[in-house]
Amino acid sequence: MATNLHLRRKLTNGVMLGLAMLSTLVALGFLFNVLGYVLIQGGSALNPEFFTHLPKPVGETGGGMGNAIVGTLILLGLASAMGVPVGVGAGIYLAEFGSGRLGTAVRFITDVLTGIPSITIGIFAYTIVVLPMRGFSTLAGAIALAIIMIPTVTRATEEMLKLVPGSLREASLALGIPMWKTVLRVVVPAAMGGIITGVMLAVARAGGETAPLLFTAFGNRFWSFGLDRPIAALPLQVYTYAVSPYDDWRAQAWAGAFVLVAMVLVISLLARLFTRGAPMR
Amino acid sequence: MVNTQGQTGRVGATAARGRPANLGDRVFKSVVTALACGILLLVGLIVFKMIDSSMQSIQKFGFDFLTGTTWDPVFQKFGALPFIYGTLVSSLLALAIGGPISIGAAIYLSELAPNWLRGPVSFMVELLAAIPSVVYGLWGIFVMAPWLRSSLEPMLGNSLGFLPLFKGPVYGVGLLAGGLILAIMIIPTITAVSRDVMRAVPNTQREAMLALGATRWETIRLAVLPYANSGIFGAFILGLGRALGETMAVTMLIGNRPEISASLFAPSYTMASVIANEFTEATYELYLSALVEIGLVLFGVTLLLNALARLLVWRVAYGPTGG
Amino acid sequence: MTALNLRPEPVENNMAPEEVKLLGRRVEIEELSAWYGEKLAIEKVTMSVDPNRVTAIIGPSGCGKSTLIRCINRMHEVIPGARARGRILLDGEDILAASVDPVLIRRRIGMVFQKPNPFPTMSIFDNVAAGLKLNGLADRRTLPSIVEKSLKQAALWEEVKDKLGQPGTALSGGQQQRLCIARALAVEPDVLLMDEPASALDPIATLKIEELIQELKQSYTIVIVTHNMQQAARVSDYTAFMLAAEDRVGRLVEYGDTNHIFTNPKDKRTEDYITGRFG
Repeated sequence: MATNLHLRRKLTNGVMLGLAMLSTLVALGFLFNVLGYVLIQGGSALNPEFFTHLPKPVGETGGGMGNAIVGTLILLGLASAMGVPVGVGAGIYLAEFGSGRLGTAVRFITDVLTGIPSITIGIFAYTIVVLPMRGFSTLAGAIALAIIMIPTVTRATEEMLKLVPGSLREASLALGIPMWKTVLRVVVPAAMGGIITGVMLAVARAGGETAPLLFTAFGNRFWSFGLDRPIAALPLQVYTYAVSPYDDWRAQAWAGAFVLVAMVLVISLLARLFTRGAPMR
Repeated sequence: MVNTQGQTGRVGATAARGRPANLGDRVFKSVVTALACGILLLVGLIVFKMIDSSMQSIQKFGFDFLTGTTWDPVFQKFGALPFIYGTLVSSLLALAIGGPISIGAAIYLSELAPNWLRGPVSFMVELLAAIPSVVYGLWGIFVMAPWLRSSLEPMLGNSLGFLPLFKGPVYGVGLLAGGLILAIMIIPTITAVSRDVMRAVPNTQREAMLALGATRWETIRLAVLPYANSGIFGAFILGLGRALGETMAVTMLIGNRPEISASLFAPSYTMASVIANEFTEATYELYLSALVEIGLVLFGVTLLLNALARLLVWRVAYGPTGG
Repeated sequence: MTALNLRPEPVENNMAPEEVKLLGRRVEIEELSAWYGEKLAIEKVTMSVDPNRVTAIIGPSGCGKSTLIRCINRMHEVIPGARARGRILLDGEDILAASVDPVLIRRRIGMVFQKPNPFPTMSIFDNVAAGLKLNGLADRRTLPSIVEKSLKQAALWEEVKDKLGQPGTALSGGQQQRLCIARALAVEPDVLLMDEPASALDPIATLKIEELIQELKQSYTIVIVTHNMQQAARVSDYTAFMLAAEDRVGRLVEYGDTNHIFTNPKDKRTEDYITGRFG
């Protein structure tokens, strides 16, 4: 009787451990399936024209997403210009002065910001930029993306700065160098690798966002660029084409997805490689 | 996410405690403090603007907004229940499908995988989180939905069709599609947090169980999982929060019909989806206000869930009981 | 799967809790070597452990005594890449054989660890009952009496009998360790292994543990690893001295009656260690 129980326990053990391994395979299966389709469907629809041409009007084949790619780059550049200084500055505050109640509050609120659905951020940008300016604009889209980037940059900056050994600060201060110079010229450069990683990860995340751009940047079918004008963006274009009934557009949607995924993956991988040297997590 | 009070910052702070002597330090401290406070102001402004812009709808419909089932922009009648329903059902479905897969993968990664395999596989599971939502939607429309329509849903309908869950015509898109795509999207979140929480269980616990003659699975079931369970619960809450706020993939797969139906095959509508679809078509203020109010509800719920999740995960990092 | 001579039936429920059984068995260790990956940790250890006696394993840190004791209940296998060669005979049967399931061995050879590790999510009662429930050794009716008996054997019953429902971690360090001892004893093992059981405890708790060991040896075979020579001298009947040479490989230097080892050791290295010249 004891041996029967033992056999049952061994069986249960085998089954459950097998299920655990199976679950992992299922999760990986999804990954490879999605990436596989993007690679194959997207790759086959990619051509040089895709990167350089404008979208063609409905019904005409060909064309590309050149303006959307450029638009995404412009939006990310603007968003970084706005979000990175705020994020890094806040991160410096938290690392150097943030042990009190204000620091705790800022940390908590930054985490809250991460959890806000991106479409809500889009609504916010709409209310403070689009409504007063009476129109969709690049600025609105950039602000929305900047808000999305800020918490990632802040957290990365704080953590990286905290990893810099105190002895480095002490050495600098002991030389009579004022604190602000110590932080900016000694501590931040020491943490730079990790901070850049944080920025890259934030950019990768923002680059893939569609929802906040739906009613801020709005999209644009031409090569027209201006801070107060709507602008095309790659995720927006992929979305529009994906839900359309035209085969040609749908093929281009896959191509756009390919470029989008490639961009996000390359940035994430580069960011990981960057932290090889610095201890993180 | 454990917040450590690092020691490294203290040297600088001590030197600058109270009034920093020189101008450079004062300016520096003011600037970074201002930027940090800027975040506080930003979030405060977001909350304010959301409430302010939905005020008109709040005043007009009051509590009925949350219980009304009619969403009719033409007749200016706005009830959000169909969206709340669609959001809840698709998210809970995502937890029900994605949760077990995540726990299984987390158990594998934490307890079973050989050391050299753990890093690469964890990385790959986390890659699922890097794929943009719109790409998931694209894949969903052209790969998953057709498969649902031709294979899975008819099969479920034939075998389990006596249940109201699986009645009705099969479109491919609908609640099931939305729930499934969300399940895939929250797997990396739940897996990563659960795995970290399980790895934090001290090895002495496993040793104690093994020394009593337990199998590996029994050790996991009796020593690891109970110890980690509030953290795992937190992981689920985090996953739920993400599912609730997801927009693009769900919009592309949910069917976009504001109706409440018991069947998982039926098209539905989520809060994020209706905002995404109709925001640019809101031609008058009340319409816009109603949409913003939906956004406000979404905001509030995800806020609460994320706070709860942080609390639970934070607690496990510091030990469940006395310990 | 070798049909190992398993302790058969669950404990009879008409047994008076004070009755103790002569449960100890003999362990023979033959040419035992153990590796962690490529690194050889202990080499060709040969010794025997007499039933119903306390055998202490002493030596400076790094000499391999923990590795040795963990081989006995095959806990060393839990570390990835670890393996052992040689034979360990439990009443004549080689428990290191590949055909023997370690899960079964660990039911028959119990272990108490250096740092008390009661399960925090379980009550005191459930902690003691954990091994019993796992191995199907008791049912709902017999469980309370076995738990009581084990706690009495561990000299903890009087202190916890009114709070069996409280979590295992609600006790002091010394009490937690006795709880772990009760937990190990509940499944009535043939051999009890103790890896520095008192090193994390205060002197009073340590004394209690040492007294407990003296009582327990009447019913069990006990192997204890300790870095505290005086403790070994107080508590054990036999002592084994291990040492790692420059090659960091642990070997058995001398083994014998505790009195002899401490008053008249045969090997100079033993003498040096005993008299405090190193370690």
